Amino acid sequence: MDASVQPPADSAAKPFRLRWWRLTAFARDRGAVVAGVVLLAITAGAIFAPWLSPHGPYEADNLLRFAPPGTDGYLLGTDQQGRDMVARLLWGGRVSLAVGVVPTLCASAIGLFLGMLAGYARGIVDQVIMRTLDVLFAFPMVLLAIAIAGVLTPGVGTEILSITIVLIPYVGRLARTATLGVVSMPYIEAARAAGGTPLAIMLRYVLPNVFSPIIVYATTLMGLMIVVGSGLSFLGLGVQPPMADWGAMVSDGRVVLRRAPHVTVLPGALILIASLAFNFIGDGLRDALDPRAGRR
Amino acid sequence: MNDTVLDVRNLRTRFGPARGGITAVDGVSLTLRRGRTTALVGESGSGKSVTALSIMRLIEPPGRIVDGEVLLDGQDLMRADERAMERIRGARIGMVFQDPLTSLNPALTIGSQIAETILAHETIGNAEAFARGVRLLEHVGVADAAQRARDYPHHFSGGMRQRALIAAAIACRPEIIIADEPTTALDVTVQAKILRLLHDLQQEMHASLLLITHDLGVVAAMADDVLVMYAGRVVERADVDTLFHAPKHPYTRALLACIAGVEDDRHAKLEPIGGAPPDLRNPPAGCRFAPRCQWADAACRATDPALRRVGPGQDVACIRVAEALVDA
Repeated sequence: MDASVQPPADSAAKPFRLRWWRLTAFARDRGAVVAGVVLLAITAGAIFAPWLSPHGPYEADNLLRFAPPGTDGYLLGTDQQGRDMVARLLWGGRVSLAVGVVPTLCASAIGLFLGMLAGYARGIVDQVIMRTLDVLFAFPMVLLAIAIAGVLTPGVGTEILSITIVLIPYVGRLARTATLGVVSMPYIEAARAAGGTPLAIMLRYVLPNVFSPIIVYATTLMGLMIVVGSGLSFLGLGVQPPMADWGAMVSDGRVVLRRAPHVTVLPGALILIASLAFNFIGDGLRDALDPRAGRR
Repeated sequence: MNDTVLDVRNLRTRFGPARGGITAVDGVSLTLRRGRTTALVGESGSGKSVTALSIMRLIEPPGRIVDGEVLLDGQDLMRADERAMERIRGARIGMVFQDPLTSLNPALTIGSQIAETILAHETIGNAEAFARGVRLLEHVGVADAAQRARDYPHHFSGGMRQRALIAAAIACRPEIIIADEPTTALDVTVQAKILRLLHDLQQEMHASLLLITHDLGVVAAMADDVLVMYAGRVVERADVDTLFHAPKHPYTRALLACIAGVEDDRHAKLEPIGGAPPDLRNPPAGCRFAPRCQWADAACRATDPALRRVGPGQDVACIRVAEALVDA
């Protein structure tokens, strides 16, 4: 490393930086790297679906229903309406990934904010926030999502909204617990003794220290939410036909499981692979984000 | 000549409920003067740290400051609003804490943390604040400061961390530095260096240093004035020479008897103080040291002694000062 005298201008600015040795630490974790590559591939497939897919997702060939994988022109076969499985899986991945990632990110941001506020302010603020979240907590996760999705018009937006609401108490509680641990540390007292305002202490001292557990948890949740989203679709509360995510595809195919297992197994396998990949990445991040890990 | 920087009068800080709680600091008065070092000495739990935190108004519930004035250049900090306190903390009163590892934010680089203190008080750019942090690190004796400023606290040794904390504490050139057991967590060899550094900085900035310690060796080396605390009260106040050569309060004398001197006969017995500090939930009536004091009599257990002037610049809270001295 060079001993450059001029520090980078942003050294004091950002609360959280992904530093090179963190990336190295992540790169040393082979499972996480493989998972990352797999997820990148799935994501790329979803994003570039229109260019990658030889057929449209709703394009049905009624003469070729339940074609097995390997059929000429249909690499992974066709489903019960003769639609190309490759196209269905690629387009379905768009919905499934969106349902896994978007609500988790939204819920993490909101939950982190609420949890930090509750843990830092304590007292009445804490009570109001946490008791409200406890009400949401009282319902089983999936049941609550079903209830919210059932009240609103079924669709991707509803699915994302309901999963977001369901997740907020989980992230919020974790963020509050982490904040309580951080706030009791002497460096918070030291920061106050140095004249830090509550806002500055929240942003520069509390946030960076609770960020790692949240990011790890959120990554793990993404995998789980793909499953939950699939579950909602399975129940008919998520995406509506002819659009499909992987869960809806599993749901549609299960009646013909014996006759054409690939219609169910392929989307099911993708759900499994994607959620496992998110979990592996979460584990990798946990190790990599510990500032005490790596270097020296 | 008025070189008083901070005047603490009759400070009282309580923890817990009004009934059954404890009074951790019970009527402490002290004066800090420009360019001088005042040591606050006492056993664990005697209220030294709570006094410091009370001055900074950093007492968290269930604790609260129930009485007293803390005058900083005539402004009573106990009446200042929180915004005003934020402007005073770190800028006019800098504080160095006991445990240099946990007092540093593990998620920020050392340089950023020093910059953070500067940015809390001055409107300058991030890069400029960071560059000043580097200069401060250099100033407190961190070699290779430009590079070390980008390290995280866990890359620093204990002594280095304490230097970094000191750099942050003096970043805004405070008039007062409060050092709460700054060397307790450090190696003996490092202790001397840190104390030397604190002394030099205090001289250089002509600041007032409030040094909290239980180590009388540190007091002898550093302090100009000494306050001895026992069970939340100041029992003796004197300049350092008087305190070491003519201690008057029985507790002070017992404390001094506990020190092992290098030149002492190695067979000479150290004298621990018998008994334990009183339970502050239920403090003894009268003098709080009476249960452990060899000169205590019925009057001691009945009368709560106030600090009284016994000699030039020496105040003692003991009603039997005269008799006890004869016995010694």
